[in-house]
Amino acid sequence: MEKGKNYILGVFSDEDILLTAIPQIRESGIKIEEVFSPYPVHGIDDVLGYKRSKLPIAAFLFGMLGTALALVMQFWMMGVDWPMIIGGKNFASLPTFVPVTFELTVLIGSLGMVGVFFVISDLKPYAKPKIFDLRITDDKLVMAIDLAVNKMDKAEIVKLLQTSGADEINEKSFED
Amino acid sequence: MSEDKFIFTAESKKKIFIMLGLGIVLTILGIITVGGHAHEDGNGHAFHWLHRLYANLWLNNVFVTGIAVIGVFFLAIQYAAMAGWSAYIKRIPEAFGYWLPIAGVLTLVLFFITNFTAPHHFHIFHWLDSSLYEVGGDNYDYIIANKQGYLNVPFFLFRMIAYFVLWSLMFFLIRKYSIREDELGGTEQWSKMRISSTVFIIIFAITSSTSAWDWVLSIDTHWFSTMFGWYMFSSWFVAGLSVITLTIIILYENGYLQNLNSSHLHDLGKFIFAFSVFWAYIWFSQFMLIYYANIPEETYYFLERMKSDVYAPLFYANIFINFVFPFLFLMTRDAKRHTIFLKIVCVALIFGHWLDFFLMIMPGTISENGGIGFMEIGLFLVFASGFLFVLLQSLAKAPLVAKNHPMLQESLHHHI
Repeated sequence: MEKGKNYILGVFSDEDILLTAIPQIRESGIKIEEVFSPYPVHGIDDVLGYKRSKLPIAAFLFGMLGTALALVMQFWMMGVDWPMIIGGKNFASLPTFVPVTFELTVLIGSLGMVGVFFVISDLKPYAKPKIFDLRITDDKLVMAIDLAVNKMDKAEIVKLLQTSGADEINEKSFED
Repeated sequence: MSEDKFIFTAESKKKIFIMLGLGIVLTILGIITVGGHAHEDGNGHAFHWLHRLYANLWLNNVFVTGIAVIGVFFLAIQYAAMAGWSAYIKRIPEAFGYWLPIAGVLTLVLFFITNFTAPHHFHIFHWLDSSLYEVGGDNYDYIIANKQGYLNVPFFLFRMIAYFVLWSLMFFLIRKYSIREDELGGTEQWSKMRISSTVFIIIFAITSSTSAWDWVLSIDTHWFSTMFGWYMFSSWFVAGLSVITLTIIILYENGYLQNLNSSHLHDLGKFIFAFSVFWAYIWFSQFMLIYYANIPEETYYFLERMKSDVYAPLFYANIFINFVFPFLFLMTRDAKRHTIFLKIVCVALIFGHWLDFFLMIMPGTISENGGIGFMEIGLFLVFASGFLFVLLQSLAKAPLVAKNHPMLQESLHHHI
């Protein structure tokens, strides 16, 4: 084995062939690391067995944080730290706080969600992108199989990819 | 089952008549409990049970009319936006339009009954009181007299008839093309429907606001709100979407529309969710501007509702049922994709927006003599059974699925 990460890439040119190939390959016990596509393929999440993203939960929690921060800030500023009479209202009057609370909920909710998305997708400024095949931004669908996590023999995986309809089978290594 | 036709069975008709009978019984029970003899309310106006009955008739009529016109509006936005997902279910909102001519007659008749036949000079619309316009008289009202150019009976009736004629006309035009599409196929009818839908949307953009001013806002003749047209439209829209969704789910559960999938439900759920938030946004915008500006001629509208024993609990319940509950309940993806969640939300929202209209109409017409009792439930059932009868009869008139809709295949494979 070479150093770093070694992948076998199955290059497909038709999404229908890919969609039937994925279940075949998964049934034979091979773990697919990722499938790259230049366009969204309907139903691919289901056949790949992807679980639904938990990002909405993060968004909800960050939104709640925004609501709480906005209310605490306004009640403290307007009610405690520097009370002012505005329009004859109470110092701390909830209806007047709603617009700011709404805006901060949206702001912190969305910023938090983007942040979480960057973290879980491993998108950082100094990250080196792994480019498996340049054609995944053009017209090819590429299935990447990590050799290290699969116990199966390399030749066997190649054979399986061939029978399931891959146009080309390539290898790609990345140094860690 | 894709070409199935809805069958309006005798059993369903019987159930609707039982509902109607129950509604009438409850209304009579309500009349007895409200009391037949006159008594004074807080402002010195004599009160009679007919006042409450008339206010209720007007409330339910406006509410059900809104649901019918929203059916056509929903259909129209599908065509204007070239939406494909809704092609499979489009016959359901289409059937709502058949209520419009009936609603036109009802509104006209009820306008005369509720405003000119009640004892003690009772009007739903305060501006109908002719003594308000006598210069120098005791009752002369400078503000209302200045609104006479818009708020007078001939122009009011002209507008009312114009709304219903325009709405019905556009509906029957769209319906005609829709039926013709079933026979002829092709995309020509679809293009025609797209044009008439766009025309309907332009008409409805104006008439939804003006009908809101006429039928509901002018009850509180002194008060004004530039948000009101949108506010009433959003309330109508959420109620209409809930009825559309509920009808689709009930049809599905009774063996029709078997190709309905969770993605269709998801889209309907998103509509309900989004427009509940929109309603809350409009409702709050109207409230907050008045609260913040604190001008007496505007704030009294909310004082009547928030400082009243009768309306204050309902006022807060309104925000909870129509915003907090659907917002939290429909937030997750799963809730929008399962019929049971949608059914709960739809039923709550139909009641919730009826309550919203109750809060728009009742304080201005019968003030503290209002409330939710047998009469309210009874008359709601009467109107609901009437609407349901017309709806189911119209559904049976044409196949439930528009088999030649150019985007039907896309709709059948709808996946999100």
